[in-house]
Amino acid sequence: MAIDALEAKLRPPADVLAPYPSKLITLASGEQMVVREARLADAGALLGTVYPLLGVPKDYYDIVAARMYSEILGWFRYRVANEFVIVGAIDGVIAGIVTSRHVKAGLGMSLHTLTIKRGLRVGAQLFAAKMEHHIDYLGEDEVHIVAESPIGFKRWMIEYELEDRSAMYPDLRHELGGVPTFTLTRKLWEAVKPVKCTGVRPVPAELLKTADKLIMPDEYVQLPGWKRGA
Amino acid sequence: MSARIGIVGIGHCRFGNSSEYDLVDVIAYSANDAFRDAGGLHLRKEVDQVLVGNMAAGMFNHQTSVASALISRMDMEPCPAELVENGPASGASAIRLGYMAIASGMADVVLVAAGEVMRVVSGWEATNIVATMAHTEAEYNMGLTLPGFAGMFTRLYMEKYGMTERDLALVAVKDHDNGAKNIYSHVQLPVTIEAIADGENANVVNNYVAEPLRMYSTCPISDGSAAVILVNMDSPKAKLFPKKPIRIAGIASATDTHCVHNRKDPLVLDAVRISAEKAYKMAGVGPKDISLAELHDAFVIFELLNSEEVGFFERGKSFLGVRNRETEIGGRIPINTSGGLKAKGHPVGATGVSQVVELVRQLRGEAEEGRQVKDPKYGMAVNFGGFGNNVVTTILAKD
Ligand SMILES: CC(C)(COP(=O)(O)OP(=O)(O)OC[C@H]1O[C@@H](n2cnc3c(N)ncnc32)[C@H](O)[C@@H]1OP(=O)(O)O)[C@@H](O)C(=O)NCCC(=O)NCCS
Repeated sequence: MAIDALEAKLRPPADVLAPYPSKLITLASGEQMVVREARLADAGALLGTVYPLLGVPKDYYDIVAARMYSEILGWFRYRVANEFVIVGAIDGVIAGIVTSRHVKAGLGMSLHTLTIKRGLRVGAQLFAAKMEHHIDYLGEDEVHIVAESPIGFKRWMIEYELEDRSAMYPDLRHELGGVPTFTLTRKLWEAVKPVKCTGVRPVPAELLKTADKLIMPDEYVQLPGWKRGA
Repeated sequence: MSARIGIVGIGHCRFGNSSEYDLVDVIAYSANDAFRDAGGLHLRKEVDQVLVGNMAAGMFNHQTSVASALISRMDMEPCPAELVENGPASGASAIRLGYMAIASGMADVVLVAAGEVMRVVSGWEATNIVATMAHTEAEYNMGLTLPGFAGMFTRLYMEKYGMTERDLALVAVKDHDNGAKNIYSHVQLPVTIEAIADGENANVVNNYVAEPLRMYSTCPISDGSAAVILVNMDSPKAKLFPKKPIRIAGIASATDTHCVHNRKDPLVLDAVRISAEKAYKMAGVGPKDISLAELHDAFVIFELLNSEEVGFFERGKSFLGVRNRETEIGGRIPINTSGGLKAKGHPVGATGVSQVVELVRQLRGEAEEGRQVKDPKYGMAVNFGGFGNNVVTTILAKD
């Protein structure tokens, strides 16, 4: 896309972010999930993966899918500052997606986590991957996090024992909906990392290749009976 | 005991997350399923007694009088109905009381329906609610939870008998293999020993819940229901039910001290052993006659311990049997063919009935392909209430 003067005005200022190094996680089923940073060229497959979930109210997939759809589109069209997307793929098929944003030096803002393949804590692994990116690779000291679903709240706020700083900073609000913000600090991350974050690096070349061109899932447990293209 | 009492209808829903449904609807689903299996919904009017197994609707769902609610939901007035609460053994206790109602001559047909909807609260809150069955002053108020107890218990067993964490994972692999083939199972995913015990990511993928117990040594928190219809096989009403009954050959319960620290040896589960001995005696069989068993494995250590107490293995040897694949389908004594609580899930109040439904499916030869035990004659279920302090053992026979 040619970046003319008007388009340049529409784009938020962007920093050059350190890349997230890909890793490989063997899930409990024995399936191998490549976790890598998404590229703009992946946007079509990512949007196509999220789209069918817009109509699934169960477990709040609808709201999270709608938010994530707009975040991925915003990232693809350069409408969100410093956003990154990390994807988990098994044999190239998208198993889960996370979105997040670097706000400024030292501060990150977690956006959404969406599990397509349920039952293997794919979402938990990808959430840990995005925290790893924020703190270990982008060098941030704090990540602001909110949940938009009860499962999300149980998983992140409760399991990570995130700090509720809303009383300390009543004005501090996450940019998603203004919900009181929870914070993952570097100290907390160092404490939970050994039990929350895993993955083998480097990913063997042949496995990394399987995730080069992302494949949209044909079926979703969230959509019984639904089949892509049918 | 002279009464011949059999199961002529079974019902079950898929365990998992039913938190958007009302508890009574969840139980009614399986109860209706049981009537359809038994021959039709018209058979509801033949029921003389309804017993509902549930552990904690008052706390999970802010709902009481569940049995009365079920009667109205199913249009079964004026049938007598009561709730049976015996912790996680509520389901099997309800079956035992149903058996007693028929044996006493006060009923010929009993519907036993059981269910729990726990996912309306967080996992931590569910653990807290379940922990209220522990001794209030000596255990609960000290912060003990069931996973905490089971973790200490597992550690003790490991130190005494040389079992390893990998042995626990082997039980989980077997249970998940079975659960993956069971249409009613909460977690329908096989897991591999490499991924959950041996591999580089195992520590996170199979994270500690209460060391040395990990996620895959612990049951998930599940919602669900199950139901059975019991009939006096010698009453005229028995003829109304077309399916060949699966006979309850033995059913017995036993209790142990509420406080675990009052037991001489915490690794000895007297209530399991005594209830099993009584059930064997009533059925006129022994451990060698049992073709398959559903053993209460909220934590996989219980599957191992129970299998020793009921006489399948010598004390301290059950994990060696698992290593030798003796408890797999096709092995010497298949255990938890349904996936057990580990993979099928554990909606606490429903579990005892669910175990019996699995035995009936197996004895009828109706289990899914790859999960059916070859030509079984007797099935055993052990349903565990409290920390082993109130246990019901049931033995079913295919005549
Ligand atoms: C929140 C979310 C990301 C979590 O995903 P995840 O970490 O991949 O979680 P999984 O689906 O693997 O998680 C749990 C599964 O593990 C399995 N499980 C739980 N306990 C288990 C145990 N002891 N043994 C074996 N398996 C177990 C169950 O199958 C359970 O699935 P269930 O919740 O449907 O019963 C996902 O639910 C999601 O995408 N939800 C919709 C969007 C959303 O809420 N996002 C968060 C917004 S802030």
